[in-house]
Amino acid sequence: MSENGEQRKTPLLFVQGRRLYHLVVDAFRDLTPVILVVAVFQLLILKQPFPHLEQVLTGTVLVAAGLFLFIRGLEIGLFPLGETMAYDFARKGSLAWLLLFAFALGFGTTIAEPALIAVAGEAAKIAADGGVITPNTDNLEHYALGLRVTVALSVGFAIVVGVIRILKGWPLHYLIAAGYIGVVAITPFAPASMVGIAYDSGGVTTSTITVPLVTALGIGLASSIKGRNPMIDGFGLIAFASLTPMIFVMVYGMLLQ
Amino acid sequence: MKALADLFAAFGSTLVDILPIVIIVFGFQWFAFRRPIANPRRILTGFIYVIVGMTLFLVGLEEALFPVGRLMAQQLTAPDFLGIGHDDAQWSHYIWVYLFAAAIGFATTIAEPALIAVAYKANQVSAGAVNAWALRVAVGLGVGAGLALGALRIVTGTPLHLIIMVGYIVVIVQTFFAPRQIIALAYDSGGVTTSTVTVPIVTALGLGLAGTISGRSQLLDGFGLIAFASLFPIITVLGYAQFAEWRLRKLKKRDDAESPEPE
Repeated sequence: MSENGEQRKTPLLFVQGRRLYHLVVDAFRDLTPVILVVAVFQLLILKQPFPHLEQVLTGTVLVAAGLFLFIRGLEIGLFPLGETMAYDFARKGSLAWLLLFAFALGFGTTIAEPALIAVAGEAAKIAADGGVITPNTDNLEHYALGLRVTVALSVGFAIVVGVIRILKGWPLHYLIAAGYIGVVAITPFAPASMVGIAYDSGGVTTSTITVPLVTALGIGLASSIKGRNPMIDGFGLIAFASLTPMIFVMVYGMLLQ
Repeated sequence: MKALADLFAAFGSTLVDILPIVIIVFGFQWFAFRRPIANPRRILTGFIYVIVGMTLFLVGLEEALFPVGRLMAQQLTAPDFLGIGHDDAQWSHYIWVYLFAAAIGFATTIAEPALIAVAYKANQVSAGAVNAWALRVAVGLGVGAGLALGALRIVTGTPLHLIIMVGYIVVIVQTFFAPRQIIALAYDSGGVTTSTVTVPIVTALGLGLAGTISGRSQLLDGFGLIAFASLFPIITVLGYAQFAEWRLRKLKKRDDAESPEPE
C-alpha cells in the first residue's frame, strides 16, 4: 500500500496495479499446497477420480478471491482500527477503560464463535454419556451454554492479563510457563473424559477475525508505550487466549462432576 | 440453488462472527472516547472487504475442499482401504493416515487467513527481519508434525496429557535458548493455526480414526488433534529462529575468518 494510495480521494475499491497483481498471485500460491495434497491422495493413493471437478475449480477461485479481499480488508480496516484504538487508550491513560475493552473484546468474540459452539455441544454429549448430567435436551443445552460462557470468560480474562503484561513489560515466558504448570497440575483432577475437549478448546477459541484485531491491539499498545518493543511485548495476547480455556474448561468439568 | 443457500449461510455466519466486534469497537469508541471513528469510510470499506472475503472463502471451501477432504479422511481410515480387520490393527498399518495428516496439516495451515494476518504483521513490525513466508512454512511444518503424531496417538491410545506435557517441557527448554525477539510471536503462532480451514478436515480425520479402531471412543479419543496442532508450531517456530540465528553466527564467523586481519 503506497503512501499516495492512502491520500487519494477514492483509493478504497481499487488497489494499484502491481499491488493487485501481487495480492492475486499470493492468494493462488497460498492455495496450491492444499490442492496438490488433495489431488495426489485422491488420484494416486486412493486411486479414485476427482469428484465434481468443475465445482472444485469454481470453489478454488472463490476461495482465492475471498482470501484476496480478506487480506485487503485487514490492511485498510481491521489493522488500522485496532492500532488506532490502542493509541487512543494509551493517550487517554485510563486503565479501567482499557481493561474493560480488553475483557469485552475477549468475551464478546468468543461467546459467538462457531467452532466453540460445536465443541461445547460435543462436550455436553460426553457429560451425558458419563452420567454427569441426565441426558435430556434441556440439560444438554444448559451444560453447553455454561461451557461456552466459561471459555468466553477465560478468553476475556486472558486478554486482560495479556494487556496488563504489555503495560508492565513482564516477560511472557514466565506467565506462559506458569500456565503450563497450571494445565499439568489440574489434569489429574479433571474428569478424564473432559481432558481431550479441554486441550482442544484452547485452539478453537480464536477466530479468523479476532486474531488480526487482537494482534493489532497488542502491537499498537506496545508501540505507544515508551520502553516497550512491539516485537517482544506486542505479541503474546493470542498465546494467553489459547492457554486459559484449557484450565477453565477442566475446572468447569471438575465443579460439575 | 444450493450454492445460493450456502452463500447466505456463510454470509450469516460471518456476520455473527463480526457483529460482536463491531458492537464492542463502536460502543467503546462512543462511550470511552466520545467521538466518532477516524476515517470512517476507509474502516467501513475494510470491514465490508473482510465480511465479503470471508463469505467467499467459506463458500469456496464448502464447494471445493471440504467434501473431498472429509471423504478422504473417512476413506483413508476405513479398514477396507488399509486391508485390515478391526481387531488386528497395528500402528504400522496406518502409515498413509500419518502421511495424509502431515500433508493436509501443512497445506491447510499455509492457506489459513489468521496466520497470514499474523505473519504479515510480524514482518511489518520486525521491519522485514521476520520473513512472512518462512514463518508460515515453519508453522505449517509444526501443524503437520503435530497432526501426524496426534493420529499416531489415537492409533496407539497413548494418553493425551503425557505427550502434551513432554511438548510443554520442550517449549520451555527451547525458550531459554531461542532469540528473545521471536518468543512472543512463536507462542502466538500456536493459537492462530487452527481456525477456518484446518479444523473441519482435522475433526473428520480424528473422528474417522477413532471410529474405525476397536477400543477407541469417538468422543474420548477423537479429540486432541487440535491440541497437538496448537502446540507443535511453537516448537517449530522457536526451532526455526534458533536455526536462523545459528546460521547467521556461522556466516559471520566465516566472514570474519575470510576478511584479512587488520594489522
